[in-house]
Amino acid sequence: MVSGLINANPTVYEKKERRARISPGDVDEYLVEPIDQQEIFDHIRDIKDPEHPYSLEELKVITEDAIEVDDKQSHVRVTFTPTVEHCSMATVIGLCLRVKLMRCLPPRYKVDIRVAPGTHATEAAVNKQLSDKERVAAALENPNIIDMVDECLAPSYECR
Amino acid sequence: MMNFADDNFELNEIQKLEGHTDRVWSVAWKPATGVDGVPAVVSSCSGDKTVRIWEQSPATGYFQCKAVLEETHTRTVRSCTWSPSGKLLATASFDSTTAIWEYVGGDFECVSTLEGHENEVKSVSWNASGTLLATCGRDKSVWIWEVLPHNEFECVSVLQGHTQDVKMVQWHPTVDILFSCSYDNTIKVWAEDGDSDDWHCAQTLGELNSGHTSTVWALSFNATGDKMVSCSDDLTTKIWATDIVQLQSGNGNAPWTHICTLSGYHDRTIFSVHWSREGIICSGSADNAIRLFVESEDGLVGGPTYKLLLKKEKAHDMDVNAVQWSSKENKRLASGSDDGSVKIWDLTTTSPGCF
Repeated sequence: MVSGLINANPTVYEKKERRARISPGDVDEYLVEPIDQQEIFDHIRDIKDPEHPYSLEELKVITEDAIEVDDKQSHVRVTFTPTVEHCSMATVIGLCLRVKLMRCLPPRYKVDIRVAPGTHATEAAVNKQLSDKERVAAALENPNIIDMVDECLAPSYECR
Repeated sequence: MMNFADDNFELNEIQKLEGHTDRVWSVAWKPATGVDGVPAVVSSCSGDKTVRIWEQSPATGYFQCKAVLEETHTRTVRSCTWSPSGKLLATASFDSTTAIWEYVGGDFECVSTLEGHENEVKSVSWNASGTLLATCGRDKSVWIWEVLPHNEFECVSVLQGHTQDVKMVQWHPTVDILFSCSYDNTIKVWAEDGDSDDWHCAQTLGELNSGHTSTVWALSFNATGDKMVSCSDDLTTKIWATDIVQLQSGNGNAPWTHICTLSGYHDRTIFSVHWSREGIICSGSADNAIRLFVESEDGLVGGPTYKLLLKKEKAHDMDVNAVQWSSKENKRLASGSDDGSVKIWDLTTTSPGCF
């Protein structure tokens, strides 16, 4: 591993087995299926870490349990855990999660992205920045940032 | 004056204006329109990098897109505002410039470009006489520009003081005192020095003055200018007051004090707040709703209190970023949203017991 990385040797965990969402005979094409935890997880599990060739799932930056969904209220909250306390990549990871869900979820959805309490040295500052949509919008007009985000999103599934 | 106690109020959608292809960040009614036979005009600006001018047809009463101002700003247009005479339109953009537009020979023309901010410009405001312009942005600074003849603008002051990006600037409606609010959770009051052309921070309204505990997104004044309302990511709106006599005596140091906090009404960030000439405070927020508040007669003993007049749920399909009352037709409101639309609303009353 090249030195100079913020976390040169992250712990890599095994991926969870991918579950089939619905058994084929079960499909009612007129039924509007509510969005659940698993669907959100499937959208974001394969996002690549900005520093490492591993997915956010493999690094346990995100887990299915850290996703809260209320489909009736059109609300989702993703709590992520940076690999190290001082990870300066935390805002980039948060931005990737926000962009991915912005692209995949219906526009009615309100998305909150935050760092798990106690896992990051500047938790409040990261959370504030990620929830400021004006700063997010400005960041996404920056070609360097959008390139970095797109690179992280490349291995994850396209939205339907 | 409306009788807020006895009437039932309804906010009726008059029209949904579609055309922007990205979120609408700001809306602005053109002064001196919508009255004396002059058709009402409202402008809107968007993440699609354009500004749209909407004009009400005298024949049908419907608003139509009269002009699209494009190919000038290269990034999001965050804010738009008309000069008090309605002659010029100023637009602030993430491309770090502020553009000045004039309607010349049947077209809107960019007649001046104000450069100086390091990056995103987030807000622009004209003073009451139209002789000064203020801008602010992510570089934490507030700039004051003097309006010279022939569409020339000269920077007279660059104000540093905020520790984070500045979300909005707003001039006081009668006195040349400037207000700015920021991601640093504070509101700052800027006044001109008595003996020079310099400007200084006369007051900072922060947590220690019962101020906001998160980003302050917007502020607005009542008609007389003795009260101000601010709104924040902390899910509250706050009312501030000053001694207007002291303020108008030329003393920029007339202090502003917190008089009440409206909490428990909003569930998500409040992006916009606007105080009508008739005293109705309107808020637009990330829960897709528009709310109206008025001063309540119940609380006169302990100072004024405010009550919710109505909540319009699902006013838009997504976040409401901007609300503005028309200054002429007092019960007419415009709103702009992440859903890309601008909506025109009328506040109407139905008296109880009247069938």
